[in-house]
Amino acid sequence: MTIVREPMWDDAPRSRTQALYRHLLQFLSTLGWTARILVSSVAAFPSVLLRRSGRADFSAQLYIVGIRTLPVITVVSLFIGMILALQVGLELRRFNQEIYLGAAVMLTLLREMGPFACGISLAACVGSAIAAELGTMKVNDEIAALEIMSISPIRYLAAPRLLALLVMAPILAFYCSVIGTLGGGIVGSTQLNVFFQQYISSALSIAETKDLFVGLLKAGVFGMLIGTVSVAEGFGTKLGATGVGRSTQQSVIVNFLLILMFGYMITRVFYR
Amino acid sequence: MSKLIEFRDVVKKFNGVPVLNGVTFSVEKGEVLCIVGPSGTGKSVTLKHLVRLLTPTSGSVVVDGVDVATCSDDELVKLRDRIGYLFQGGALLAWMTVAENVALPLEECTKLPDREIAVRVRHALRAVELVDAADKYPTEISGGMQKRAGLARAVVRESDIVLYDEPTSGLDPVTSITINRLIKKLNKELGITSIVVTHDLQGALAIADRILLLKGGKAVECSTPAEFTQSQNPDVREFLAAMKGETI
Ligand SMILES: Nc1ncnc2c1ncn2[C@@H]1O[C@H](COP(=O)(O)OP(=O)(O)OP(=O)(O)O)[C@@H](O)[C@H]1O
Ligand SMILES: [Mg+2]
Repeated sequence: MTIVREPMWDDAPRSRTQALYRHLLQFLSTLGWTARILVSSVAAFPSVLLRRSGRADFSAQLYIVGIRTLPVITVVSLFIGMILALQVGLELRRFNQEIYLGAAVMLTLLREMGPFACGISLAACVGSAIAAELGTMKVNDEIAALEIMSISPIRYLAAPRLLALLVMAPILAFYCSVIGTLGGGIVGSTQLNVFFQQYISSALSIAETKDLFVGLLKAGVFGMLIGTVSVAEGFGTKLGATGVGRSTQQSVIVNFLLILMFGYMITRVFYR
Repeated sequence: MSKLIEFRDVVKKFNGVPVLNGVTFSVEKGEVLCIVGPSGTGKSVTLKHLVRLLTPTSGSVVVDGVDVATCSDDELVKLRDRIGYLFQGGALLAWMTVAENVALPLEECTKLPDREIAVRVRHALRAVELVDAADKYPTEISGGMQKRAGLARAVVRESDIVLYDEPTSGLDPVTSITINRLIKKLNKELGITSIVVTHDLQGALAIADRILLLKGGKAVECSTPAEFTQSQNPDVREFLAAMKGETI
């Protein structure tokens, strides 16, 4: 598929209605284009792994997605766990049920908040950077240069990034759940008089494999969403430096919205 | 002489405003055509039509008998493989060194062994006098050097058509002459058909087989350097006068 697209119309819209109609068509076409980016990138995964340069790009992206984001992700998930423990713990204490604190925090983290913390951190740290980087390449004609040299920007730029996000997001989400649970344990033992061992055993007794897998699946979906949206925003960038700023902003907004919506929908499918 | 590249009455509008408004010209095989004209008249836009980065609103662009705008994707790939393109800004990838950038089209699109690639890259870098900067990153070198690196990348595949978008702007006079000589040499020795967009009239007069003046969306004059300087066309006279004014 071609990445460097022309405007769909050569002439200016003649009326308000036509402008509106064109906006709608443009939106639908961009939606379809984004879907094609996702599909073609997934189709290009094997060739990323088969090529020497592809493997090098892929491991560089793994590092960017998985290692460089660790400080942010650690802090975010630690505090989410602490907040959860505090809120839930105060309610449980009213009913003298503090022993269940670990279970409540762990379940919420595995099913929902771990993937969520991981998703928003990746969208903010990695997605925005992808959109800005690819957007800058687009406005500097670098994407056009690749296409002319018959180097597919999908295979060369999009696929390694998406693959790295797909692999790393579930791992990071699990990491978030673990860190969050520990954070909750710290709050429990220091503020709510729940012994740490008691907290941990309560947490481990309740967690099921289903909770873990739904969480990991959710994180994988978030990873692909973030990759696709950010790559599409970057590739779609127009109008110089302002365009790059706009694409970066758009990618973060759209990713946050989609993470919330898909998070709800996946939960709805597995827990009813 | 066979026409390798043909623009037939090409109109290109952006948002209702015509940038090209009926451009017609042709380039013969083995020829160097220089396109000159004021800034913003659509010189870069013209080049982009040759590789379908843009498609005409009306009219057609034909390269070696193939209509660029309507040909199949396979034909487009074949066509693009024959064309080297120097972008106005160089368009180098920021995370690769100069040498890696130049090697990129060979590594990704040919099955040449690494040694052969290294030899060719070195050769191309020597031609643009960038051997010393081979291991630097694009952000570490000057704009003029980036442009020369872009030029090395455009010619390293030894395509039979090369499009140069302002190869010498931003370069010092001595390097400009080197680059102009290189363009002419590639044209002479390998028979590379070249289209050179330039603001450097002296250079154009030196290397062009024909010069095309683009103005107001039209090709107002297309003639040999000797005819061009003698032309009575008021647009050409005005352009030449402006150019002379610049050099005083
Ligand atoms: N993708 C695009 N969308 C909208 N307008 C465009 C686009 N590309 C070019 N233009 C417009 O077309 C006109 C010609 O641009 P072009 O880059 O071809 O000029 P140029 O002759 O190369 O000038 P310069 O010598 O400064 O490089 C400009 O007015 C520009 O705004
Ligand atoms: Mg230009």
